[in-house]
Amino acid sequence: MSLAHRIIPCLDTDGARVVKGVNFVGLRDAGDPVALAARYNAEGADELVVLDIAASRDRRPTFLETIRHVADELAIPLTAGGGIRSLDDARSVVRAGADKVTVNTAAVARPELISELSREFGAQAVVLAVDAKRLDDHWDVMVRGGRDSANRDALVWAQQGVELGAGEILLTSVDRDGTQLGFDTPLTVAISRGVNVPVIASGGAKLPEHFAEIFSEGAADAALAASIFHDNVQSIRELKQYLAARKIEVRLPC
Amino acid sequence: MKVMLIDYGAGNVTSVERAMERLGAASRRSNSPECIAKAEALLLPGVGHYAALIRALDERALRAPLLEAIKRGVPFLGVCLGLQALYETSDEACELSGLNLLPGSVRSLPSTVKLPHMGWNQLKLTRSSRLLEGISADAYFYFAHSFAATNANGEAVAICNHGADFAAVIEKQNIFGVQFHPEKSADAGARLLQNFLRLAA
Repeated sequence: MSLAHRIIPCLDTDGARVVKGVNFVGLRDAGDPVALAARYNAEGADELVVLDIAASRDRRPTFLETIRHVADELAIPLTAGGGIRSLDDARSVVRAGADKVTVNTAAVARPELISELSREFGAQAVVLAVDAKRLDDHWDVMVRGGRDSANRDALVWAQQGVELGAGEILLTSVDRDGTQLGFDTPLTVAISRGVNVPVIASGGAKLPEHFAEIFSEGAADAALAASIFHDNVQSIRELKQYLAARKIEVRLPC
Repeated sequence: MKVMLIDYGAGNVTSVERAMERLGAASRRSNSPECIAKAEALLLPGVGHYAALIRALDERALRAPLLEAIKRGVPFLGVCLGLQALYETSDEACELSGLNLLPGSVRSLPSTVKLPHMGWNQLKLTRSSRLLEGISADAYFYFAHSFAATNANGEAVAICNHGADFAAVIEKQNIFGVQFHPEKSADAGARLLQNFLRLAA
């Protein structure tokens, strides 16, 4: 009896459709979020993340509608984010059906946002997304979809975020994102050992071995991927069977 | 039979509503003392801070009708914070009193493990359970909490462990409670909710 390692598919959307890109740029259409959500729910995904990567004000109602339809399909937890700048923004995604809210750029600009969300929804509902890029002997926090440096140490920022009330870290390696070379193990170990909340590793996954490594050596509590699931490069069911066979605790769907 | 979802202003009412819809069960959300007094079955779906739940129950004058209904034998299911509210007190807000329907208090899980206890975990059955009937003994349920009833084993029919043993499922006559989120626990959670509906019918 112990906590299972979670496999989390991520839907990057433009508000209405799932899109994908390499290193956060060069987007292309990858499908209907509602259909994908239903598929992942049935395949044994442990949670689902849906992001509005365009996060433009005028597309907001569309994104909230997407959350509602996605939530209708799910009997597993749903995290939503992208463009959450205020408590009101967070309230609207929670009201639409999200169990957790993820914040990134706006929290870097105004860290108190984390505390405001944590007080209202509880730490278990606040996921701090940290996009990290290797810089000399440490990792730099990147904002605005991985484009700009925040000139901040990723480990220090993650610790600060937890202090402020984040209950989970969604850690994306900007260096690995979209490369399919595997998760960033040194980065994940550093952050996971450095904070006392669960860490979701993201960026670079392709093969089942990548997941096995990030759980066993990377100390990740959960692993997130997008296109390899959307494109059927990797089935969630088979991935979990692979991990279970290697004695990595996962929840096998019936 | 219609389940009344106690909507105290925060929490995961919508998720529970959706789960009920998927089971084809009738549910209605309410925050009025009158509706609670007349309910045939009650479900308290809590998430967030213990103080927010307890204060909301008192500010909306829901405590008395809720306690009366439970004492009359109306089936009650508390989810997550809704279970924690059944105990005497909680470390999360020591100055407030809980519903006091179960002995013991809610404590913080030890910081020797990552908190919140977040994700899918298994249960250990301590006696036969009506809520868990037909659910495989190694089924996983979704947890998301930092506090739990670690010293209250009396009414627990199943425990879980994260740094310490804690009550995961309680059953005491018409009072039921689960520390995890059945509305987010895939098929196992759906079956548990179905069992509650059957017991309440």
